[in-house]
Amino acid sequence: MAGFHNEHEPLGGSILSKTTIICGILAFIAVVLLAKRMVLGLGAVTNLNNGYPWGLWIVYDVVIGTAFACGGYAMAVLTYILNKGEYHPLVRPALLASCFGYTLGGISIVFDLGRWWNAWHILVPGYMQTNSVMFEVALCVMAYILVLWVEFAPTLLTRFKLLHLRKKLDRVLFVFIALGVLLPSMHQSSLGTLLVVMGYQIHELWQTPILPLLFLMSAITMGFSIVVFEALLGAGGFHRSVRHEMPQLGKLAAIIRTMMIVYLVVRFGDLAVRGALGAIFTSGIKSVMFLIEIALFATPVVLFSSPSKRASKKFLWIGACCLLLAGALYRLDAFLVAYQTGAGWSYFPSVQELLVTIGIIAAEILLYIVFVRKFPVFYTHKLTPAELAAAHTK
Amino acid sequence: MSVNRRDFIKGAAGGGAALATAAVVSVPSPAQARPNLEMSPNAVGLLYDSTLCVGCKACVAGCKEANGLPADVNTDDALWDTPLDIGPKTYNVIKLYADGTADHKDQEKDGFAFIKKSCMHCVDPSCVSVCPVSAMTKDKQTGIVGYNADICIGCRYCVASCPFGVPQSEFDTPTPKIRKCEMCRHRQAEGKIPACAEVCPTGATIFGPLTAITEEINRRRAMKAGEANVFERRTLGSGDTHERPAAQYVNHVYGETEVGGTQFRHMAGVPFDKLGYPNLREKSFASESEGIQHTLYKGLIAPALVLGGLVWAAKRASHIDDEHPEE
Repeated sequence: MAGFHNEHEPLGGSILSKTTIICGILAFIAVVLLAKRMVLGLGAVTNLNNGYPWGLWIVYDVVIGTAFACGGYAMAVLTYILNKGEYHPLVRPALLASCFGYTLGGISIVFDLGRWWNAWHILVPGYMQTNSVMFEVALCVMAYILVLWVEFAPTLLTRFKLLHLRKKLDRVLFVFIALGVLLPSMHQSSLGTLLVVMGYQIHELWQTPILPLLFLMSAITMGFSIVVFEALLGAGGFHRSVRHEMPQLGKLAAIIRTMMIVYLVVRFGDLAVRGALGAIFTSGIKSVMFLIEIALFATPVVLFSSPSKRASKKFLWIGACCLLLAGALYRLDAFLVAYQTGAGWSYFPSVQELLVTIGIIAAEILLYIVFVRKFPVFYTHKLTPAELAAAHTK
Repeated sequence: MSVNRRDFIKGAAGGGAALATAAVVSVPSPAQARPNLEMSPNAVGLLYDSTLCVGCKACVAGCKEANGLPADVNTDDALWDTPLDIGPKTYNVIKLYADGTADHKDQEKDGFAFIKKSCMHCVDPSCVSVCPVSAMTKDKQTGIVGYNADICIGCRYCVASCPFGVPQSEFDTPTPKIRKCEMCRHRQAEGKIPACAEVCPTGATIFGPLTAITEEINRRRAMKAGEANVFERRTLGSGDTHERPAAQYVNHVYGETEVGGTQFRHMAGVPFDKLGYPNLREKSFASESEGIQHTLYKGLIAPALVLGGLVWAAKRASHIDDEHPEE
C-alpha cells in the first residue's frame, strides 16, 4: 500500500493563465500603492481619519481575512484533535490557504501601523502591555504564522526531497498541530474582545461581553465553510473531481449547520439578556445590516438541514458562500457599521485603499495556484475510501 | 499500535474535552471584571467652570505656544488659526453652545454657554489599557496620561477606544505621532502649571491637586446663585482672585463618576449632554475589557491547560500516521 502522505501530488500544468496574469497585475498595483503609503503616509492612500482610525485594511485584511484563513485551524480541530482521519485529504489545501491568508494579513498590518519601524517593541519585555487585547492578538498572530508554515513544511520538504528533515519534523509535528489549534482559538476570540473596550461607541446590536465567544464560533464555522468553498472552487478551476470528497464536504455542511444554530441561539439569547432585541428594528441602517447578516447566517442552517442538499454541489456552494459573507459582514458591521464615533466623522475606503485590499486577495489566489501546481497539496485519491479508512483504523 | 473503534472514540472524546475546556474558558462572566482603578492620592488635575469662561480662547493659544503646535487653518484665506475641534494640531478648544435667542449666559433655553474640550485624564483610561507597547502611560503619582512616540507603533487603538475621542493621529506624514494633551507635564517638571490654566484671565480653568479641586467644587456647589463670591485664577491657593456673582450650576459635575472618574472636572450652567459631553456609566470600559482578558489569560493557566489537552489529542492522532513505515 502506498504511503498515505505520499498520496498528495502537485497538480502540474502551466502557471501562466488569464487568472494568474490578472492576479499578478492586481498584486503589482497594490505593491505600488503600498510604496506610496510608505513615502507619503497613510493619508495619501487611505480615507482613514481620527473618527475612523481603523479602516478597510484592518477590518478586511486582518479581521475578516484571518477568519477566511481559518480553514487550516478548523480542519486541524476535526482531523487531529477530534481524530477524524477521513478528513485528511482536505487538510493540506486548507492549510495552504491559511498560510497565505495569515501571512499576507500579518504583512498588511505592518503597512497599517503608523510607526511600523517600532513594531518590534511588541516583543520587548519592558514594553509589552499584557492588559492590551491588541498585544495578545499581535503576539498570537505572529506565532501562528510561524506555526502554520511549520505545519505546512512537510509538503515543502517532500517536494525538495529533504526526507530526513521531514522525518524529524514528523516526530514533533503534533506539538505544532496543538499550537495551531490553541493560537487561533485565542486570537480569533480576541479579535472580538478588541471591541469591548470601545463601550458605547459600538452599537448595542453588536457590543456585548460575549464578543469573544461570537467571534470564535463564527471564525471556526467560516473555517469549515472556506474548506467547502475552496474544494468546490478548486474542482471548477483545476478541472478536478471532488467525487471522493463530497461525503466529507456534506458532513462539514452538517457541522456548519449545527454550529450556526448554536451561534444564532447564543447571539439572540445575548440580545435578549441585554434587553437589546428592540434595537433590531429601530436602528435604521444598522437594523438593515443586522438583518442581512442574520439572514446570511440562517441560510446555511436551512439549506444544510436537508441531506439531499448537503449532497448537492450547488447547495453546498450557496450555503458556504452565504456563511462566508455572513461572517465577513458580521465583522464589518461590528468594526465599522456599528462604530459610532461622534458627529461629523465618516469613512468609506478610498479607491487606492480598495485596490490594495484587492491586490492582497489577488496575491493570495496567485500564490495558491502556483503552490498547488508545483507542490504536493491536493490529495490524489489513488487509495479507495475503504483503504483510507483501513489506514486509519488498522 | 493499533487503534480500534473504542480507542478511536476515546480519542475523539478526549479531543472534544479539550475543545470543551477551551470553549468554557472562553465564556467570561461579567462578575469577573476587575473593579475600576483608584485615583492616586497625589493626583493633579484641572477644573473648568463654564460659568466663568468668557470664550476668549487664550487657553487655546497658550496651549499651542506651550506645546509648539502649528496653526490649524480652516478658512480659505489661510490667515487664521481656526481649529474646529481638538486634533493633532490642537490639544484644547473652546466651543459655544447657543439656543434660541442666546440672550442669557449659562442658560439652557434662549441662552449660551462655553465648553472646553481636551484630554480628561481618566482615572482608569482606555487608551492606556489598550496600548500594546506601553507608549500611553498613566503616571503613578500625578495620574497624568502621557504619550511616548519613541515607543508607539502607531496602531491607533487609543484613538479608536477613547470614549471622548481625545488621542488623535497624524495621517499626512510617513512618521505620524499620536497627539493629545499631557497636562503640560513638561511645564510641571519645571515647577510651572499647565498653560491653559496659566493664561486664563477669569480662572475658568484652574489647576491643582485633585483633593483641592474636589474641595473647590464642593464650595461652588454650596454657592447661592447671584450672590458675590471670590474665585481664584491659575491655581488653587494662588491668591490671585476676583469677585463676581455665582451662576446657577446644573447638579452634575462632569468627570466625578464618568468611566470611573477623570482628573479634569467640568462645572456648567447647562446640562452636559447639551454641551457635547456623552452620558457615560460609572464602570470604566478598561475594567470590563481587562476583566475578560485576564479571566482568560491570567498566568496563562487556562491556555496551558488547553494546550496540554490539545498536545495529548494531537499526539494520539499522530500515532495513527506512524502506522505507515514507508514514510
